[in-house]
Amino acid sequence: MFLYSLTLSRASGIQTAVYGNFSGPKAQEVVVSRGKVLELLRPNENGKMQTVVATEVFGQIRSLAAVRLTGSTTDHLAIGSDSGRIVLIKFNKDKNVWVKVHQETFGRSGCRRIVPGQFLAVDPKGRACMVGAVEKQKFVYVLNRDAAANLTISSPLEAHKSHHITFSICGMDCGFDNPIFAAIELDYSEADQDPTGEAASLAQKHLTFYEMDLGLNNVVRKWTEPVDNGANLLIAVPGGADGPGGVLVCAENFIIYKNQDHEEVRAVIPRRSDLPGDRGVLIVSYATHKKKAYSFFLVQSEYGDIYKVTLSYEGEAVTEVKVKYFDTIPVTASIAVLKTGFLFAASEYGNHALYQFVGTGEDDDDVESSSAQLVATEEGFQPVFFEPRPLKNLLLIDEMASLMPITDMKVANLLGEEIPQIYALCGRGPRASLSVLRPGLAVTELAVSPLPGAPTAVWTVRRAASDEYDAYIVVSFANATLVFSIGEEVKETNESGFLGTVPTLHTQLLADNSMLQVYPGGLRHIRPDRRINEWKVPGRRVIKAAASNDKQVAIALQGGEVTLFELELGTGLLVEAEKRDLAEDVSCLELPPVPEGLQRAAFLAVGTYDQTVRILSTDPGAGLKNLAVQALNSVPESLLMLYNVGPGAERASEGGLFVHVGLQNGVLIRAEVDRVSGQLSDSRTRFLGTRAPKLFAATIRGVRCMLALSSRPWLGYSDQGRFNLSPLSYDALDYASGFASDQCPEGFVAVVKSTLRILAVENVGDAFNTQACRLRYTPRKLLIQPEARLLIIAEADHAAVPLAEREDLQARLAALAEEQGGAPVQGVEFNDELAALEEQFGPPKGAAGQWAGCLRIVEPSSLSTVFVTEMDNNEALVSMCLAELRMPGGMGAGPTGMETVLLVGTARGLRYMPTDCEAAYIRVYRLGDGGRRLDLLHKTQVDGGVPGALAGFKGRLLAGVGPTLRLYDMGKKKMLRKCEYNRLPHQIMNITVQGPRIHVGDAQESVHMMRYKKADNAFYIFADDVAPRYLSALLPLDYDTIATGDKFGNLVILRLPQEASQQVEDDPTGGKMAAASGKLNGAPHKLEELVKFHVGDTITALQRAEMQAGGQEVLVYSTVMGAIGVVYPFTSREDVDFFSHLEMHLRQENPPLAGRDHLAYRSAYFPVRNCVDGDLCSQYASIPMKKQQMIAEAMDRTTGEMLKKLEDIRNKIL
Amino acid sequence: MATLSDRLNINSQIEHLQAKYVGTGHADLTKFEWALNIHRDSYASYVGHHNMVSYFGAVENESIGRVKYEFLQRMLLPCGLPPKAQDQSEDEEEK
Repeated sequence: MFLYSLTLSRASGIQTAVYGNFSGPKAQEVVVSRGKVLELLRPNENGKMQTVVATEVFGQIRSLAAVRLTGSTTDHLAIGSDSGRIVLIKFNKDKNVWVKVHQETFGRSGCRRIVPGQFLAVDPKGRACMVGAVEKQKFVYVLNRDAAANLTISSPLEAHKSHHITFSICGMDCGFDNPIFAAIELDYSEADQDPTGEAASLAQKHLTFYEMDLGLNNVVRKWTEPVDNGANLLIAVPGGADGPGGVLVCAENFIIYKNQDHEEVRAVIPRRSDLPGDRGVLIVSYATHKKKAYSFFLVQSEYGDIYKVTLSYEGEAVTEVKVKYFDTIPVTASIAVLKTGFLFAASEYGNHALYQFVGTGEDDDDVESSSAQLVATEEGFQPVFFEPRPLKNLLLIDEMASLMPITDMKVANLLGEEIPQIYALCGRGPRASLSVLRPGLAVTELAVSPLPGAPTAVWTVRRAASDEYDAYIVVSFANATLVFSIGEEVKETNESGFLGTVPTLHTQLLADNSMLQVYPGGLRHIRPDRRINEWKVPGRRVIKAAASNDKQVAIALQGGEVTLFELELGTGLLVEAEKRDLAEDVSCLELPPVPEGLQRAAFLAVGTYDQTVRILSTDPGAGLKNLAVQALNSVPESLLMLYNVGPGAERASEGGLFVHVGLQNGVLIRAEVDRVSGQLSDSRTRFLGTRAPKLFAATIRGVRCMLALSSRPWLGYSDQGRFNLSPLSYDALDYASGFASDQCPEGFVAVVKSTLRILAVENVGDAFNTQACRLRYTPRKLLIQPEARLLIIAEADHAAVPLAEREDLQARLAALAEEQGGAPVQGVEFNDELAALEEQFGPPKGAAGQWAGCLRIVEPSSLSTVFVTEMDNNEALVSMCLAELRMPGGMGAGPTGMETVLLVGTARGLRYMPTDCEAAYIRVYRLGDGGRRLDLLHKTQVDGGVPGALAGFKGRLLAGVGPTLRLYDMGKKKMLRKCEYNRLPHQIMNITVQGPRIHVGDAQESVHMMRYKKADNAFYIFADDVAPRYLSALLPLDYDTIATGDKFGNLVILRLPQEASQQVEDDPTGGKMAAASGKLNGAPHKLEELVKFHVGDTITALQRAEMQAGGQEVLVYSTVMGAIGVVYPFTSREDVDFFSHLEMHLRQENPPLAGRDHLAYRSAYFPVRNCVDGDLCSQYASIPMKKQQMIAEAMDRTTGEMLKKLEDIRNKIL
Repeated sequence: MATLSDRLNINSQIEHLQAKYVGTGHADLTKFEWALNIHRDSYASYVGHHNMVSYFGAVENESIGRVKYEFLQRMLLPCGLPPKAQDQSEDEEEK
């Protein structure tokens, strides 16, 4: 087995975000790390956050910092990662790529305790940066600029301190004095030696200043002083000329101002009045707003409340620290304030958001705590309370979707669609959702208007070439043409100059702002001054096809006569330039846009009914001679030529030219046209649907791209150098054209039967479009009920208050129910208004070991809840399965005595670290009402631990309770224990059954293959794994093979060797005797590792699916960070060779951006084996042209062939 | 044949390694000391891998910032109090 791993949808959660001006001065940008992907975001004019570029770095990004050299107007970006290196990169705006400026090695790779990379701090003047580890090590690098103003970096200076744990570091603002870095450190050396625990209880955190002496080129511990033991975060206070300098220390419940030779100034953080007394308030993210006259800090607590912190000072003496409640938004990993008055909130779970500041937070009504009003009592400082309220100072502008964390996922075709849907459980607490993902792009319908009769075609025309927006929509019917003008509203007009009494074949705005209408009888050229020139078709013939660009027009008459006109710029007349009789009826014509600075496009593409496409030369005097002829297997229906925009190309017209041909049999052909000779090469085909694809140009992200309308619409566009063809999630369209207006800068207008629709594509570049429905608590498990085609979801939240005890909500729900006429509202998720509030504020915190949970049945087509039941008795839902069990007599289970029931494992008062519970149960639910209702049959207490996994086994139930595997029979009043095996290592997490074999996944010790011996009524292990794997997902692939995913992000496929498998099957004792002997306390047989691959993100679910109609089965996985990826098994040795070689070359030529070695990263836990990294291979399309050619040469291919291979394999997967 | 000076040299090299790379073991390492290193390494790794802190945060229903802070805090005494030294406990028994 050899696999190709490809991320379909990159992680959507954000680890950290930094604001800066990376692509140019004053560019308002945010760089975010999504774990292993670095992404540059920029809000567009409409305030929508857009991805400028996303780069996979093949490493764990741990910290980011923007570096601004003195006098520079743009920022560099420093990356702290697991590479053991500090990397400084710069954004190249022209090529749209990050360029590595410096990469300095300081330690071993990996997220280690003493290897720096966890913390990164930069001197505000950009003179030095400090990179720190969790323990001991800190390095300071001096940054400077050389004569050519390039960034230079010094060798590292050590600021180590043994046995010290670092909590936070920051670069202090001290103007142009020596740079100082502040750190919160905790010394543990004495606590390790003292068995009485006295030293540990006396352990004191210190705030330490490290001064980088630029003159002596060394770092000294300048000053250290005890600081509050709850300190966790440092914020630099503007200094030098802009403020008092020093730092704000965020500690649990306090914000403290500290500086050398300055008394500490302490203010309490106001706390929510409903917060349990034993819980502190911790600051988790902050943003500094720095202006000459007025600076403030926004800090967010772990409950989502944002506070505005301001300092009063005289000279360098701070007199007062004020902490004022600002607003509440969902908890973030990072917040960034943009200079244009926006706040970007990178949520830790769930959707990210962009807010606009609409208030300054100066309102006197809001609660404020001040260092001046600090009251010390015997139990500490007196707290200040407040009530969170709806947003006042912030206004939500845009949301960026995030699936993080995906806790479970299933792929199934429950709705009878062409391809299966991905059902993912996402989010946490009240922000949880069930998301349905379908491959393709989401389409927004902006307008639908009925038309008289069924139109045949539609175009949009601008008034002038320089206009931003379209002025007219031209709709052609069988015998008439209607023109609509686009303004405040779209209305019919007669002033355009278009002929209304004939059908239209084609329209075009020419370079001199004149308009052209092609109709069967001739050409109508409408000059800018509304003079009209007509060209009539000679004789009785009619025009069959037409094409144009802004300087050339080509028409084909019945019988195959092709005429080319050119616009004479001097006279503004259309002049017949060339003419040729092809002697074959023409079905379609295409002229590519004129490349910038040229007079004409060099080629004309013609499709004819003899199943050929020709490329003709438009050179004057060439007489439209054939440059290339391509025979096809069907009649070409439509043609479109596009320039490929690669990041390596300077201008849009510099990449390759491609011709796309839509054939009558539904196939789309894409071939490269040589830009000099016109030769066709490198043709690729793809089946789009049952209708002949009609091809149209539209603009997406400022680039001309292709709409292909077959039995479903597709969009073809370039994304980071790669041509993507994605289906649109919309009805079939009949005809379409690009459309730009004020409300919809990049959309298209389309005709569907007798309606005109204006549509826009959102989130271009996303592989999936998402529909979601709200859930109440964090979803944990998802089941599909195949017969009823319903989804069952188990939701549970730790330290949460169950709905029944939420008095505030109960009252509001009751009020709502009354409003709606008595029908009870079962939960917050059914009311948008309440749910939005719950999402904003977050639920109140419960005590540790307090649980809230519910079971829910969802109908997948409408995504509506058909049944929901709350858990009682403080039980946490931990496992769930549907199993066919043999029912005891008298329970009405039907003639076979078997019935499918839902089994749920629960643990009362479950606590973690260490995992423990007061009691554990297995609940049995009968499915009533065709699976639309759950009826609790009985509940059985089980002892021995948490019931981590359940599975049906030959009419009985297998339960993994703690480290014990048990077999239960269904009884009338409770489950009856029949057999148990209690020597599994830690905690059973998964059980899957494959015929007589049982695969038991352990929380720490990988998979055990077990069998049940009926005669002895005993389980025994006949095979196990050689490596400890902290399993999180398990999926049997065939009788001997299993795929596993673990918490550390490894995807491993294990197989029982054939001889061993045979032996187990043949053995009359079923391998029991062998099991008794064992090997070193292990099983007699060991599983073989077929494939090992480090995905780099906790795998939460594994599924097999065909992601394409009639395609090959692939393995789909989901991750905590919200990514969805697949591994595809190669079908030929040739492909394996090709991709392993390509991977090898790319490792050499395209080393990862964050400095981690690619091979080492993919082998982070286990050496990579039999798996090619498709994400690295895909980067081939975005590396510089020269390198592409070099690699292609080394592999004896052309770059076109290489790209085709990459495209092919992607098309095979999705 | 290793001479005495060689052995001294090796010892000093090992000492150097132990000082430079925290967590390097030695012949007299106790179970507790070993566990201390393992736990501290694990916590540092969890804090460094965002997917791991997020995983813990989602399971425990805590903010990621809180989970990170708690993990760093636990590095102080990851396995509880150190065991009493052998001779010390004997002294106490005598008393």
